[in-house]
Amino acid sequence: MNAVLYSISQFIALSVVQGTPLLFGSTGEILTEKSGNLNLGIPGIMYIGAISGIVGGFFYQRTGYIIPMLAIIIPLVCSLIGSLLASLIYCFLTVTLRANQNVTGLALTTFGVGFGNFFGGSLIKLTNSDTPNLTLPYIARPYKAHIPLFEGTWFGELFFSYGFLVYVSIALAIIVTIVLKKTRVGLHLRAVGESPATADAAGINVTKYKYLATCIGGMIAGLGGLYYVMDYSNGIWSNNAFGDRGWLAIALVIFAVWRPSIGIAGSYLFGGLYILYNYMTVSMQLQPIMQMLPYVVTIIVLITVSLRKKRENLPPASLGLSYFREER
Amino acid sequence: MTEAVQKIKKPKKAWTPLFVITKRDTLPLVKRVLIRAAAIVAALLLCSVITLVVTGSNPLQIYKTMFSGAFGNSIRIVRTLYELSVLLVIAVAITPAFKMKFWNTGAEGQVLIGGLSTAIVMLTLGGRIPDWTLIIIMAAAATAAGVIWGVLPAFFKAYWKTNETLFTLMMNYVAIQLVECFLKIADKTGSNVVGPTTLSHGWFPQLFKTDYLLDVVIIAVITVLVYIYLRYSKHGYEISVVGESENTAKYVGINVKKVIIRTMALSGALCGIAGLLIVGGASHSISAETAGGRGFTAIMVSWLAKFNPLMMVFSSLLIVFLERGAGEVATVFALNKSFSDILTGIILFFIIGCEFFINYKLHFRKHSKEAAV
Amino acid sequence: MNTQDNVSALRLEHITKTFGSIVANKDVDLQLRYGEVLAILGENGSGKTTLMNMISGIYHPDEGQIYIKDQLVSINSPKDAFEYGIGMVHQHFKLVDVFTATENIVLGIKEKGRFSIKRSAAKIAEICGRYGFDLDPNKKIYEMSVSEKQTVEIVKVLYRGADILILDEPTAVLTPQETDKLFNVIRRMRQDGKSIIIITHKLHEVMEISDRVAVLRKGEHIATVETKDVTESELTDMMVGQKITLNIERTLSENTPDRLIVSGVSMTNKEGVKVIDDISFSAKAGEILGIAGVAGSGQRELLELIAGLRTPDCGDITYVDPSTGNKVDLRKKTPMQIRDLGVRLSFVPEDRLGMGLVGNMDIIDNMMLRTYKNGNPLFLDRQPSRVLANDIIRSLEVVTPGATTPVRRLSGGNVQKVLVGREISSAPSVLMAAYPVRGLDINSSYTIYNLLNAQKKNGAAVIYVGEDLDVLLELCDRIMVICGGTVSGILDGRTAEKQQVGALMTKKKEARQ
Repeated sequence: MNAVLYSISQFIALSVVQGTPLLFGSTGEILTEKSGNLNLGIPGIMYIGAISGIVGGFFYQRTGYIIPMLAIIIPLVCSLIGSLLASLIYCFLTVTLRANQNVTGLALTTFGVGFGNFFGGSLIKLTNSDTPNLTLPYIARPYKAHIPLFEGTWFGELFFSYGFLVYVSIALAIIVTIVLKKTRVGLHLRAVGESPATADAAGINVTKYKYLATCIGGMIAGLGGLYYVMDYSNGIWSNNAFGDRGWLAIALVIFAVWRPSIGIAGSYLFGGLYILYNYMTVSMQLQPIMQMLPYVVTIIVLITVSLRKKRENLPPASLGLSYFREER
Repeated sequence: MTEAVQKIKKPKKAWTPLFVITKRDTLPLVKRVLIRAAAIVAALLLCSVITLVVTGSNPLQIYKTMFSGAFGNSIRIVRTLYELSVLLVIAVAITPAFKMKFWNTGAEGQVLIGGLSTAIVMLTLGGRIPDWTLIIIMAAAATAAGVIWGVLPAFFKAYWKTNETLFTLMMNYVAIQLVECFLKIADKTGSNVVGPTTLSHGWFPQLFKTDYLLDVVIIAVITVLVYIYLRYSKHGYEISVVGESENTAKYVGINVKKVIIRTMALSGALCGIAGLLIVGGASHSISAETAGGRGFTAIMVSWLAKFNPLMMVFSSLLIVFLERGAGEVATVFALNKSFSDILTGIILFFIIGCEFFINYKLHFRKHSKEAAV
Repeated sequence: MNTQDNVSALRLEHITKTFGSIVANKDVDLQLRYGEVLAILGENGSGKTTLMNMISGIYHPDEGQIYIKDQLVSINSPKDAFEYGIGMVHQHFKLVDVFTATENIVLGIKEKGRFSIKRSAAKIAEICGRYGFDLDPNKKIYEMSVSEKQTVEIVKVLYRGADILILDEPTAVLTPQETDKLFNVIRRMRQDGKSIIIITHKLHEVMEISDRVAVLRKGEHIATVETKDVTESELTDMMVGQKITLNIERTLSENTPDRLIVSGVSMTNKEGVKVIDDISFSAKAGEILGIAGVAGSGQRELLELIAGLRTPDCGDITYVDPSTGNKVDLRKKTPMQIRDLGVRLSFVPEDRLGMGLVGNMDIIDNMMLRTYKNGNPLFLDRQPSRVLANDIIRSLEVVTPGATTPVRRLSGGNVQKVLVGREISSAPSVLMAAYPVRGLDINSSYTIYNLLNAQKKNGAAVIYVGEDLDVLLELCDRIMVICGGTVSGILDGRTAEKQQVGALMTKKKEARQ
């Protein structure tokens, strides 16, 4: 009995680990989209967040004096700065210069993925490694450190087996939920995304809110990349390993109908679907079908939401549109 | 009364911005071209600075290397031509939808599903029927698959206003996973590509003993046809009217729903054919990387050309030149080949940004008139 | 300095505002006392809303001064206006649909203390109680009726502590019962010491609610009088003024068979409001039928119904074919079907660039909108359109660099010439035009009048929706006046008096509960 419980909690724990990058990404994208910016650059930003952390960690590890606190802080700060700068490019182009959001986002993704792979590849070259990857074990260790409680029991496995970023992702999702729902800032932000003209007339600085939401959202998403390289893959960078998790995070936004709290459950569900084939006796051929499920489910959610026309579940009304106040 | 008088307080002096932004009328063509050219030049300058920092070589040397990478010898030229034409056909394919303001981000999936259908036909029927029949069936299958991938989101958009950007985006990954599934079934070795040895039938014939050339010719024809379709056909006219103003479309009695679905069927079909051309005409292999991100790049190509299929020859040339050229730079200077993506990204940012100066005008504000006291 | 006896809540002196060559307000003086309801009365286009927009900070006057509580102020933005205690409720509501009433009301306010929707809702409930508003603070805007939305807008203004309220045609969207409720609220606000300006062109409402009336005509302030000292007919006289002779050509119409017969048509819009209520009339060949009415009385919907853009709830629309005399049923037909039936129906809509034309297309392609289906089933034939475009440019003297210029770049008058030119090019037997001279200068306006007259001579049934009564009286053979979606009278254009039309436009609806 206990063994069954243990393996179930082990499965859930693995789902959580798989789902955490998605949770970061979707929380960031929800915050961004709530301001009316459809940032398709999020997959690129997550790459940039990851590689910036790696670069910071790499040079810190080279010094040879590893203090766990600094091993956490240096990559974290680098990652945040990297994704902030990437978000600023997006904001400047779409908000200040009112460029097309889809095109800008896609260009940012091209740029970001290239940026990640380029610097990743260059660092790999610097180390003269035989394998096409880069390992930062000393930096990763504090990221992977978990609270040593109930070790070896299903309870410990389920609740205490994770690195600190997992808890951060949950906390951020909850904080964003509360900010959007319960605070004045959240109210103003939602107004900007729904109807920038109304918000503008009410004296809300539309530009400021769009910049803030998109930049903070980008930084949160970037942490997803950092989590992936430092915790999930044990401080190992290899090019393109992050895959299309960024797009899955955007899918999750729809699945969660723009609510980060639902995003928590959704990301673990997606994560679970991602690894479910390991636990099922389906043939290997059907494994991709399982991996397709998150996207199919997302499409179904998107359709259902538009069929039901429940206004609260629809995308923010001005999503994807630039706001321009005609000068009187 | 005096209380009321005292109650009134002056609002804080509002900060007046230095300049005012207004929409401007269409600029003359020369100025538009000049602005874009200036943006590209500025971007190239920035790129050369970055390359300089990374490689430490003379920027001119780098551009020379890029040029040689793209056009250095006849093999490279053909390869560049092929890459250009594939990107072009996908850009051309999504253009009818974009002109209708239908943001089809699903070209990647539509191409892939077209390629997958082609591969399935090649695998199952290859060798059993004459090659020319096989190619016709491949074409039919690729087109049909593309149509399905295109019409599904269009149908929901037309009837229930389902967000097409997100819908088509998701369809990409459904297509990718279907391809993965096919790979697992068709290739027992577990590699992630099914190659020419398995897909040995239904190859497009060579033209003038040159690979890919038939593809290039077909794509040239498609490009011209789509240009004519958009510019001179009744359907093309309806697409423009629906894209510009749904109200006007209704006023003249255009069936908006029908136009949306019909246009996406066409768009999807062309993407499917692009998949056919890649798989049947060039690579003779299928993998999740068959479309290789071109579905997304094509959006930028189409947008850069202002949705004019003939101009897309130039915008795809720019992108392909960058990719191939920067790839060569990467090889020669022992850099990572993702370097080209960085350069492409930077140039795109500049071009995207410069549109602002084409569409808007900055007026520097004189001091606003205050009511004299 | 100040010659007024009372200190006034708001005073305007010599306010002038022009938009390009059009003078919206000219040297207007106005005074609002504490605790009064001042009605501002005027026809459409008399400059009421522009004047109020200057008080609420949307426009800045070209000349003149605004005093609030006898202090000279400069109002540069709606935010400034708020800080001076001025709140305006516009005709078009600015609300976020997915928000609750409370969320909309507190939007943009930086109150001290912790943000609490509950506390705000309580404050809103208190305001509602004080003035007698009927409002659920937690209801979403998209679930609300128009009247509830208006209530939210008014409460929003009060919540921000406004003591000068401007209501721009608040009753235009309300049922009689809702209007009564609103007036009760206004009276309570007056008792509470608020000063209220209400813009309207309904005379009975002016008589019912206001303390004083200020009358505007063609941008100028005619007079401000105590409501109790005037009668409705005196106000009508002030509002419409003396008849001005415009010398628009009007030929006698003879042999005028019915061309379009509308009978018993009603329509309910998306919001569930009955915008057209049992309208019957006929348009005759070889005459111009004018439609008069205050804006939003159902003119737009009526024309769109006939053109096949909307479907009526009930009633019949019949077209009589000029050559055969056959009757064709147009009810529930799309524009395409109407054309396929051989009905030559042309329509110049109110929204020229948003509906009648495509702004980004050139003149040639815009010519093609109506005829692109002709000829070859697959390909366009631009040649006839090119000929037509050049014809119109020449004959109507359209100022444009060429036929390939996007119409968006033309001036308003030229845009209208292109649109009207296209619509009459098909030699219509019915021509409908909604506000075809709005925003046009004198010369362009006369071009349009002449074009309409030419169509009349050719035997077309012309339906002209206008706002300038002088023009209607000189141009039209018959004038149908509509009010609140019903026909309040059909007059002979040659004998009708301006006052008569004015009175019908604002005729109180017979209580039909």
